[in-house]
Amino acid sequence: MDQRVLNKLVESVSNTVKSFKKCEIECLIRLFQNLVKTDGRIDKTGIDRNTFQEILHNIFGMTDDMLMNRVFCAFDKDNDNHINVKEWVKGLSVFLRGTFEEKLKFCFEVYYLNGDGYISQEEIFNMLKNSLYQQSSEEESDEAIQELVDLTLKKMDYDNDGKISFADFEKAVKEERLLLEVFGQCLPEAKVQFNIPNSWAEKCKGAQEVAQ
Amino acid sequence: MGVALTKSAQWTAAGYGPTALEVTPLNEAILKEIIEFIENFLYNHPQEAEYVFAEPLEWKTNLEPSAFGSGYIVSETAVESKEVDNNGQPLLSLSVPHVQIRSFGQLSQFLFIAKDSKLKEAQLCVEANRNPVEKILGLDYNTIKEESSALRILEKLTKGDDPENEIKRKVAHLLYQLDLHLLNNSLKHISLEIRLNPVTVKNDIELLKRFSGKGEQTVLEFIEYTSDYEFSNGCRAPPWRQIHGEICYVLVKPHDADTLCLTCSSEGVFLNGGKTDDEGEINYERKSEVYKDLVTLLKDKSAKFSENMSRQELKFNEEHHKEVNQLSKTAKEEEAIPSNRSTSGSHRSTLEKNQINLVKSHMAKRLAPSLNWKATVDSKDRKSSFKEPQEEKHGRHEKTGTSFSHGRAQLIRKSVEKIEDIISDSSSESEEDEESPDHRQEANADLPSEYWQIQKLVKYLKGGNQTATVIALCSMKDFNLAQETCQLAIRDVGGLEVLINLLDTDEVKCKIGSLKILKEISHNSQIRRSIVDLGGLPIMVNILDSPHKSLKCLAAETIANVAKFRRARRVVRQYGGITKLVALLDCGQNSSEPAQLSLYETRDVEVARCGALALWSCSKSHTNKEAIRKAGGIPLLARLLKTSHENMLIPVVGTLQECASEENYRAAIKAERIIENLVKNLNSENEQLQEHCAMAIYQCAEDEETRDLVRLHGGLKPLASLLNNTDNKERLAAVTGAIWKCSISKENVTKFREYKAIETLVGLLTDQPEEVLINVVGALGECCQEYENRVIVRKCGGIQPLVNLLVGINQALLVNVTKAVGACAVEPESMAGAGLWRGGVPGHIGEVVRLGKSGWPS
Repeated sequence: MDQRVLNKLVESVSNTVKSFKKCEIECLIRLFQNLVKTDGRIDKTGIDRNTFQEILHNIFGMTDDMLMNRVFCAFDKDNDNHINVKEWVKGLSVFLRGTFEEKLKFCFEVYYLNGDGYISQEEIFNMLKNSLYQQSSEEESDEAIQELVDLTLKKMDYDNDGKISFADFEKAVKEERLLLEVFGQCLPEAKVQFNIPNSWAEKCKGAQEVAQ
Repeated sequence: MGVALTKSAQWTAAGYGPTALEVTPLNEAILKEIIEFIENFLYNHPQEAEYVFAEPLEWKTNLEPSAFGSGYIVSETAVESKEVDNNGQPLLSLSVPHVQIRSFGQLSQFLFIAKDSKLKEAQLCVEANRNPVEKILGLDYNTIKEESSALRILEKLTKGDDPENEIKRKVAHLLYQLDLHLLNNSLKHISLEIRLNPVTVKNDIELLKRFSGKGEQTVLEFIEYTSDYEFSNGCRAPPWRQIHGEICYVLVKPHDADTLCLTCSSEGVFLNGGKTDDEGEINYERKSEVYKDLVTLLKDKSAKFSENMSRQELKFNEEHHKEVNQLSKTAKEEEAIPSNRSTSGSHRSTLEKNQINLVKSHMAKRLAPSLNWKATVDSKDRKSSFKEPQEEKHGRHEKTGTSFSHGRAQLIRKSVEKIEDIISDSSSESEEDEESPDHRQEANADLPSEYWQIQKLVKYLKGGNQTATVIALCSMKDFNLAQETCQLAIRDVGGLEVLINLLDTDEVKCKIGSLKILKEISHNSQIRRSIVDLGGLPIMVNILDSPHKSLKCLAAETIANVAKFRRARRVVRQYGGITKLVALLDCGQNSSEPAQLSLYETRDVEVARCGALALWSCSKSHTNKEAIRKAGGIPLLARLLKTSHENMLIPVVGTLQECASEENYRAAIKAERIIENLVKNLNSENEQLQEHCAMAIYQCAEDEETRDLVRLHGGLKPLASLLNNTDNKERLAAVTGAIWKCSISKENVTKFREYKAIETLVGLLTDQPEEVLINVVGALGECCQEYENRVIVRKCGGIQPLVNLLVGINQALLVNVTKAVGACAVEPESMAGAGLWRGGVPGHIGEVVRLGKSGWPS
């Protein structure tokens, strides 16, 4: 992509995403282009599910397949099974520079995905299914998980309707920030947040030098 | 007899079962006198012998009914006297083993029947009837609180005229005479008794040490103190034993006997109950007779010692004399201390009370700086040095090890460091060093429901991934962690181990959650100890390096809670915690803070605050104070002092206030211009902050330049105005302390006079706790160096309350009171005007002189 097209793209993206500097956006776009390049050709539609999950796993340290799938859906606003360049930058801005409110919304979106705006008991159960080690039988394991689900509901379901609304979620997380990723990791690991900006800063510099 | 019995007789220390008379020569003499008195009663005072006691004297006798002969109705298990009172009740009745006697005649006969065992019976009787006068004469005659009690009885009795009262009066008079007689006799006895003092004991032990070691020629295998710490008065016994006259404890291993644990007291040397294996505490109960000195006892206990000793005797005595001569001067001075306790029983018991008060009083411990407090400081240290072995058994073994094998340099160094640590802890500890009893739950006791719920959560902590762990941690946090049930439940189900393990993982969220819980439950002293035992502190100290500020904060706050006792503070230091905590203070300076805080982050100011909080806890040990200084803490604290956040200022000033007990700090505080900010914060609204600021000024104002600085920065006025608020006694003590020290400078006194502080101070002479009184009187003593102020004190009616304070027993207070009264007494009208020369003063001066002779800690 030649510099003019790139600059234009950066310009348009930077109108919607405020938390990145222009040079950072440029970096992200270059990164995106590298990711979608297959056999030298740029795939216009964007990053597919598998590639994205690899990124989540390798760069952001996520491990749970189901949650990575849900994160993909949360990134993919237009539901076309691909993440385009705008979705990419927008999603990463929440990931890396998101305010507390943005992250709150993002996590809730990841967790409630069946579309009714609530996190139901079944969804919680599914998300917590693999959170315990060393249970002897499946029955015992299910029981233990159900208890864990009850614990979270007791803690977060303020209106006692057996499911977690966004209001419940917001209230609980505001009270205890640790509950933001209560049903599993869906944001980059804390240590990643510290490492990435540094590596970018270098790339950013490099990009600027190239531009000059 | 009442006074003699309560005051002269040597009762065994309370706390070891029912009180009993100790078998000492003095007690034996007293009992013999009593027996003689009663035996002759029948012949000398036949009329009074028939007097029926108000209440029977009752005790468990060892006498068999069969011993009784004519004059008694004897059955198999009971005896009744034929002699009866007006109501037909027998005057003696015995139903094995209880005996009740209601007249001197019967008492006399009883002793006659008891024959050889009469000493024992008399002892049993006296032990069971701690207040015989009350029982004999009746309750209304028992106002025995003052020495004049018997006189008062007489006075009361003379008012009635009927014949029964006549007899009663005679009995009372006889008892009074007996009492006097007993007191006189015991006085003679006491004066005959050999009194050891710390110096002679120390010389003996040092000498014996020289002649101890391996080999046949030595007199002993080893001899050593149980405690390495020696107090300024030469004693090594803990303060609560010193009041019983005990000087030190030694472990002695003769060649031909087991190790002996001996108590050296001012009355002599005896075997005690030895060391209890599990705790390292000494069982103080006397287990042998009292020997006049160490050598006599050892000669009796070990034939080998006696034999080798006689060979060494010449040499030993020679050295002994040399030493004694050398030290005789100091010895004389120090003798004053033990003699203090031999004055009178009442004095001793009040002193004892006083000492206990001092140890207990939290305030007293914190107000450490002036020399007057040294007694308190020592007692605390003494206590600590005794607790130490209990805390660290390994440490103890190393310590003892070093004393016999001198080659192991490393161990010696280690032990030296330990000792230094023991001693180093400053007076200002406000910790609960006493191990609170372990409330470990019984396995099958009724457990509260929280217990099971917490157990379940701990299961999730153990067997869950990060997600489950965070949920469990958050749920655990919802319990009332301030409640002991929950705190101990977490420990008892093994939660502490898991929480501490979580700190060692990479999971930031788990660490945060775990620390949030540890921070809360570490308010409990048992939990604190467990955390240290489980090695939690080094991990937390490492977390201080974390890039996550909220983690740093939580770790520092938890350390602040845990480091409330010595061992914890030492661990923090040894793992480099002090340097890291000081580094946290630097955080507050970073002005380029992002406006948007990231997810688990917190502000730099908060980091600095938590660092200061932890340093405050740590600064209670001398070595840590030094470490803080070396790590460059003072300039950072000075910088933080310029902020206006109260919750930041309190730990900062708190730390400075603790550290100001060190000369180095006081100099630095002056150099860093800290006084200015301390003065500024005196005007704060926060009482705690005011208190700490005043306290810091109190500690620093021994220095003249500092006193001037306080004045130049306008600190005297707020101090004077704080005097008017007397509700918060801790603050009042700090403020009056600051005023006391500041008023050493004349210019400051002038200012205080301007602010009417002297009048206010006079008003504080009554109804205040001793901590406040000491400072108030100290300040008045300084003010009264000037005529004008003396006039003010006199006009406000300050002389009378000052003189009244002369009867107190707090030595620090007395020192100041005498100084103040002395200053006032320059003008005779001060005293005469108040009519005091005729009143209390001469008597009080006698009191002061007596105390002065006995000498207080220098």
